[in-house]
Amino acid sequence: MSAIVDATGLSCPQPVILTMNEIKKVGRGEITVLVDTVTSKENVSRAAIAQGWTLKSVEEEGETFRITITKS
Amino acid sequence: MSKFVQIFATRWGIIIVGALIGIFATLLQKWGNPANMGVCVACFERDMAGALGLHRAAVVQYMRPEIIGFVLGSLIAAYAFKEFRARAGSAPIVRFVLGAFAMIGALVFLGCPWRAALRLAGGDWNAIFGLLGLIGGIWVGTLFFKGGYNLGRSQTTHTSVGWLLPLTMLGFLVLMLVFPQVTGQDKSDVLFYSVKGPGSMHAPLFLSLVIGLIIGFLAQRSRFCTMGAIRDLVLFRQTHLLSGFVSLVVFAFLTNLALGQFHPGFANQPVAHTMALWNFGGMVLAGLAFALAGGCPGRQLFLAGEGDGDAAVFVLGMIVGAAFSHNFGLAGSPQGVGPHSIAAVITGLLVCLFIGFTMRQKTA
Repeated sequence: MSAIVDATGLSCPQPVILTMNEIKKVGRGEITVLVDTVTSKENVSRAAIAQGWTLKSVEEEGETFRITITKS
Repeated sequence: MSKFVQIFATRWGIIIVGALIGIFATLLQKWGNPANMGVCVACFERDMAGALGLHRAAVVQYMRPEIIGFVLGSLIAAYAFKEFRARAGSAPIVRFVLGAFAMIGALVFLGCPWRAALRLAGGDWNAIFGLLGLIGGIWVGTLFFKGGYNLGRSQTTHTSVGWLLPLTMLGFLVLMLVFPQVTGQDKSDVLFYSVKGPGSMHAPLFLSLVIGLIIGFLAQRSRFCTMGAIRDLVLFRQTHLLSGFVSLVVFAFLTNLALGQFHPGFANQPVAHTMALWNFGGMVLAGLAFALAGGCPGRQLFLAGEGDGDAAVFVLGMIVGAAFSHNFGLAGSPQGVGPHSIAAVITGLLVCLFIGFTMRQKTA
């Protein structure tokens, strides 16, 4: 069961802050981040990769992007 | 096409965009814009407030086509790449107040972060204090972020909401075309123009507009942001946006050298004063306000172009802030700070602290 971070409607830099907080909290495993702008999608992906996490998938559901990142 | 879409999201992409902004800005100076002010978002929005008669400082009145181009260029890019998304409702009144005080702080220094970079690239060492202030203000902003500061979520809304600021800018352009400058006259029907001073110095309208459109388009693609450059470094140790900002300074400097526009020193720099403390203090206020609002003045224009109604409110706040600045004697000038600059900076900092301390919100 992956942790879910809902960052929809939040503007820069909140989606990245929430993602980083979750990364610190869980340490490893799987996190799903929900965002609704392409900018946030790019920023969250870039920040996660910089933290040594892997971008598993990015799915577009209507106006929401569902970003799944993992670290084993 | 997809490669073209992607490149601007890369590090090389943002470096290229920063370089182009630096080169275009210094060329615009060559072509008529004020020295070390090729593209200054704060100064140019202040000139637009003057053109509309919201303040009556005779030397800074011109409807700057670059600003209009920024918003419309971003709008075009957002539509071309299917990123236009109308959204609004994340504490608009706070964004308005932050915009107003960001402008008040920037005008004490005499420039936004873009102009601070261009002043440095032109050899105006007073800009160093402005940039240090900017870093200080943004650093305080990151402390608030770490403490849970958050203005809340925006909502997806009617497409037409996102169109309002672009349409306003289009309206300004139409006004400019209908009531063009008459040589030697300070007014053309409803629009005010400067006959001397920085407001009288401008590149040809068409050239300014086209360069504005190009910068707006590229900046929307790359997410270029001067405040984010420093914030991301402090908050996340990320240098992505910073590489664009540094690129702007480097390429503006090289272009200045090539054009003979580099004049190093502190004294007698164009549209600048040497009061180091208030160059610093003004930009602490501006930097903090930009950080709390989530973007530098340029970025707010690009966000407004891609449908962000809250960024549009910030822009309107900046224009109104410019009017207050000049009507109340808050703005600096080459002679130094204005009669009430210091009081305005202190008031602005207190307001920003109030916003930062009281607006913490659970986002879950």
